[in-house]
Amino acid sequence: MSAPPPTSARSQQIVTPARVITGLCLVAPFVAILWVDSYARIEPTLFGIPFFYWYQMLWVLISAALTVIAYRLVRREQDRNQRAGATAETAEGGEAR
Amino acid sequence: MNGGVNGVALGVFVFFFLVVTVMGFRAARWRKAADGNSLDEWGLGGRSFGTWITWFLLGGDLYTAYTFVAVPAAIYAAGASGFFAVPYTILVYPLIFTFLPRLWSVSHRHGYVTTSDFVRGRFGSRGLSLAVALTGILATMPYIALQLVGIQAVLDVMGVGGSESTNWFVKDLPLLIAFGVLAAYTYSSGLRAPALIAFVKDALIYLVIAVAIIYIPIKLGGFDAIFDKAGDALAQPNPATGKPRGELASGESAQWAYATLAFGSALALFMYPHSITATLSGKNRNVIRRNTTILPLYSLMLGFLALLGFMAIAAGIKVDNGQLAIPQLFEDMFPDWFTGVAFAAIGIGALVPAAIMSIAAANLFTRNIYKDFLKPNATAEQETKVSKLVSLLVKVGALVFVLGMDKTVAINFQLLGGIWILQTFPALVGGLFTRWFHRWALLAGWAVGMVYGTLAAYGVASPTQQHFGGSNALIPGIGETGYIGVTAFVLNVAVTVVLTVVLRAFKAPAGVDETRPEDYTADAPSAPSGKRPAGPADPDDGTAGPGAPTGGGTGGDGPGEGPGTDGGSPGGPRTDGGGTDTPDAGGSPEKEPAAMG
Repeated sequence: MSAPPPTSARSQQIVTPARVITGLCLVAPFVAILWVDSYARIEPTLFGIPFFYWYQMLWVLISAALTVIAYRLVRREQDRNQRAGATAETAEGGEAR
Repeated sequence: MNGGVNGVALGVFVFFFLVVTVMGFRAARWRKAADGNSLDEWGLGGRSFGTWITWFLLGGDLYTAYTFVAVPAAIYAAGASGFFAVPYTILVYPLIFTFLPRLWSVSHRHGYVTTSDFVRGRFGSRGLSLAVALTGILATMPYIALQLVGIQAVLDVMGVGGSESTNWFVKDLPLLIAFGVLAAYTYSSGLRAPALIAFVKDALIYLVIAVAIIYIPIKLGGFDAIFDKAGDALAQPNPATGKPRGELASGESAQWAYATLAFGSALALFMYPHSITATLSGKNRNVIRRNTTILPLYSLMLGFLALLGFMAIAAGIKVDNGQLAIPQLFEDMFPDWFTGVAFAAIGIGALVPAAIMSIAAANLFTRNIYKDFLKPNATAEQETKVSKLVSLLVKVGALVFVLGMDKTVAINFQLLGGIWILQTFPALVGGLFTRWFHRWALLAGWAVGMVYGTLAAYGVASPTQQHFGGSNALIPGIGETGYIGVTAFVLNVAVTVVLTVVLRAFKAPAGVDETRPEDYTADAPSAPSGKRPAGPADPDDGTAGPGAPTGGGTGGDGPGEGPGTDGGSPGGPRTDGGGTDTPDAGGSPEKEPAAMG
């Protein structure tokens, strides 16, 4: 999956620390969940619920929190681009169409 | 099933059913825009829904009545392996975070109503678009049918209709009434009806689960006692196979199946037309991402709900049909009036997704079969009319399916539907990120995946069924048992990649791409929100104008195509035909400020 070719100043730098963190936040649930052997056991139980179940339900919360972080990071970048884009647009305005 | 009719429960059930019926018809006037004739209005609620409405809509859409009945039923039947629905919904949200905003943007720019619209526009291939549309319709039909199975289960336990009556008409009358009413308000109100009803449905569901997860364990002596009893019961050998019924935590041999089922189902979920319909009804790009952060609340609920399966085992519920386990548990445990509330939650939980699914299937037919192949110059009014009629037909079809055939047929087809719909992933998600794949290679990959998946599923036997006995089979080359859908998907991608290399080497015509790279990141023209500066949400918006016109039928193998037009280069030719579909989100009033910052 390649990123689209850079069209303006905003995507000149494809790999930024924020994007790496975003990526990690989104990949982490896959690693944790698909590695079934890491949680396929009964003990320790929580309120009598076997580990297998409460651990996965805990990951619902963890994964939601990670997605929030990813969303915040993406939003911050968007807002920054918007400010940069607003100035770029006045310069490019004439040539489009 | 205790023989007689549970009067109190039935009364409460009927009351809630009447409430949502009134809401469904009144929904037509809710948040109404000026132009009620376009398919955008009826089929996508005017693309005007904010974060919270979309949340209810998606929640009502993805976590269906069938889910509520089937997930605990799977646990009731086999223990841990039924819990895969929870990891599945965990994986869905990080996944869609990456690609759905791109789909929303490009659909918004070009007025796409369905995924097939996008595929046609991106790859300039009506054949590929037709393949995606047919797969979507085929996969959705049994899903609608299963919603009926959910309602039937509830009616059965209440002693209304179901298996006890001998006369088929009396037996199915309640179901016919429920579906007739549903069809009528979907016809008149479109997507607004399920969006409004979803509020009631979710309020009821959350209430019921919260009560069930506290009240039932108290009655059964706590979770310790529940899992002790359930563990013993699951260890008992099944008389049919001689093996234990199930286990409390996935054993080593079941782990591949568990992981691939979760993964494959997560990939497939947002290929379903009804998920996309709810997604595209969002009013701006960030509605989707915000929803990926709040939709997990439903997953948490699903997790608790799944535990009800163990409670059913521990409570000693004995039913012939596993689908009845949870309704029966409710009836045994709750006072009658609350049983009515719980059953209303399941019943209404079936109506919301059934409405959205029939709308989604109807949109697919209208846009990608009727307009592309039968009547290319159809007006917006004609499109809407056809869609409304098809939504009725789809529901009748589902009804015939459920009443005419054995329930297992619907379940088999739903299983196949999941495998099938997954095969549209490369064209859709691949297409969102790159134009490298060749359209013919995608079509070939799709065909291979479909054929392999169908044959493999056909070959799975279970103690009760010779064919379609389950969704897992041996993965060739690995020697582990896993989800057939994922194996078919891997095969699909492999074929697509190899053929793309070959076709590109031979410079086969790649088709016209009507999208541009910046279309995939565009936002709605104006999204006033308290915290963000007003103005164009995307640098390109100011120049392109709201709702760039797209040609309705420009995707054919026109003369302008050639190897030079692929790759989504910004300078590629635009095929602005005389498009009549120009959804203009900027023109529709912004009635709801962004709910979250």
